[in-house]
Amino acid sequence: MSRRVRLTLYGLLCVLCVPFVFPTWWMVTSSVKPISDVFAFPPALLPRRWDLSPYRQVFELQPFTQQYVNSLYIAALVTVGTMAVAAMAGYAFARIRFPGQNALFVLVLIGLLIPSEVTIVPLFQMFHGAGLSDTHWPLILVPVLGAPSVLATFIMRQFFIALPGELEEAARVDGLGRFGTFYRVALPLARPALGAVAIFTFLHSWNLYLEPIVYLSTPSRFTLPQALTQFVDNYGWPLWNVQLAAATMTALPILVVFVLAQRQFIEGLAHTGLKG
Amino acid sequence: MAVTQLTRRAAGRADHPPPGRARRFWTIARRDALVGYLFVAPQLAGSALFVLLPLGLVGWYSLQEWNVLAGTFEFVGGDNYAKLLADANLRSVLTASALFSAGLVVLNLSLALTLAVLLNQRLRGTTLFRTLFFSPVLVSLVAWTIVWQFLLQKDGGVNGLLAVAGVEGPNWLRGEATAMLSVVVVQVIKNVGLNMVLFLAALQGVPRQLYEAAQLDGAGAWRRFRSVTVPLISPTILLTSIITVVGSLQVFAQIAVLTQGGPGTSTTVLVYYLYQQAFQFRHFGYGATLSVLLFVIVAALTLLQWRLRRRWVFHES
Repeated sequence: MSRRVRLTLYGLLCVLCVPFVFPTWWMVTSSVKPISDVFAFPPALLPRRWDLSPYRQVFELQPFTQQYVNSLYIAALVTVGTMAVAAMAGYAFARIRFPGQNALFVLVLIGLLIPSEVTIVPLFQMFHGAGLSDTHWPLILVPVLGAPSVLATFIMRQFFIALPGELEEAARVDGLGRFGTFYRVALPLARPALGAVAIFTFLHSWNLYLEPIVYLSTPSRFTLPQALTQFVDNYGWPLWNVQLAAATMTALPILVVFVLAQRQFIEGLAHTGLKG
Repeated sequence: MAVTQLTRRAAGRADHPPPGRARRFWTIARRDALVGYLFVAPQLAGSALFVLLPLGLVGWYSLQEWNVLAGTFEFVGGDNYAKLLADANLRSVLTASALFSAGLVVLNLSLALTLAVLLNQRLRGTTLFRTLFFSPVLVSLVAWTIVWQFLLQKDGGVNGLLAVAGVEGPNWLRGEATAMLSVVVVQVIKNVGLNMVLFLAALQGVPRQLYEAAQLDGAGAWRRFRSVTVPLISPTILLTSIITVVGSLQVFAQIAVLTQGGPGTSTTVLVYYLYQQAFQFRHFGYGATLSVLLFVIVAALTLLQWRLRRRWVFHES
């Protein structure tokens, strides 16, 4: 590759990545600027003066710590639950023979065809009828058992189908039962797929917006995405710097963790049968 | 297997063998099947309760006049569907959905493929760029949208950058065409990294010899891309396009935060309209009817794409 081609490619990549990087940069730096500097012209890349008061206001205007805990524990439960449900179902559909297997798999796959928005009206009525509206149950149960986990089950099944079976057969010949084979042999081998499922599931739960605003009405039960939009003044106008401070606290820790772990999971993602 | 048969024969010879009979019934195959059922039970029960039952209910609700505010719930047959066909907003809602989905899919897939091809060159530092392009996927959706809401204000960051170049930018979220363009672009930048990574994995699976052979045959760069790369990664193109089309029909948070469906109804896509009808105006019956419409559209598009697969997806086997 000639030097000129190489330089052109680098230049192109640098220009292209501006809209991908600038918003996050802008969010973080503006959240520590005084409000008068936020809309300053020309826009400054680094804060000239610092003002951390929005970070205090975030906690004064909303029960933000509680909301943070809500989002974290819901996402954690959903992730662990989905991994368990999907690993078991995916393994059974891929490896175990039982009557009615294919019909049951097709039945489960229907969930892939149905966006969760289609069933939100009856699901709301069901949870409302069961006295569970304005609780976190719908945000946990539906993702773990309903349509969102079907994709995870599908990914796990594809992974187990592609996995050579010799190790499991050896384990069975050595007298390990079906459950032991699954838990001690197949599951450790499935770590890349489980990793990808975990990340997908966590992000899905962390980003959920329609469901929380449909089910939850008490601010101390809100999740983060819902809370972020609540930082407004008495006239309903957004308090920009407070919103940006809250957005930074929501986005940055997850971003940092995933960027540090990205090698495993981008590769995991590419090897989960999602590749097609 | 041989062991089971032996035990079975031995058990059959005995006259009263309670443990033997138990063993005969619980053959390895039966025990396996039991474990299989137990393993799929949570997912099956969940599908029945949270997918199939609500799907049935949505059809049932769509036949009811159900207004919580008015306290009514009565069977009205096809009235909601008649209302749907007569709905003055339906045309603009479907137009907005079609514009959003078409814009998103075209922009997302072409940008994802372009980025993947650029990153697949033998260049140093592509891992860094891959991380940068992928990073918005990891930023919380509402946080990302709030930042853009702010960047797209009349005196926000985008117009600030444009002003540096001497261009006076519009008030992005207040004009009908620019509002639609904005929600599409904000969503593409947020999620294109996902498709990019999938394309990149597919590109890395294309054998280099094929390119070399094509080059020997005198194929230029574009011809190699069109005749070697595209057919070989066509399964991935199909998969990403299905994911992206279905995902585009589900867009909600971006619309709710950026434009609230406006200005006018220019960005009121189907899911946002459904939300308004069911959860703001509390017309659950009509909301269910709109859900049925959404389901039909998603199912039809998915089936169509599977059909097209035969036409243009290249199979190695």
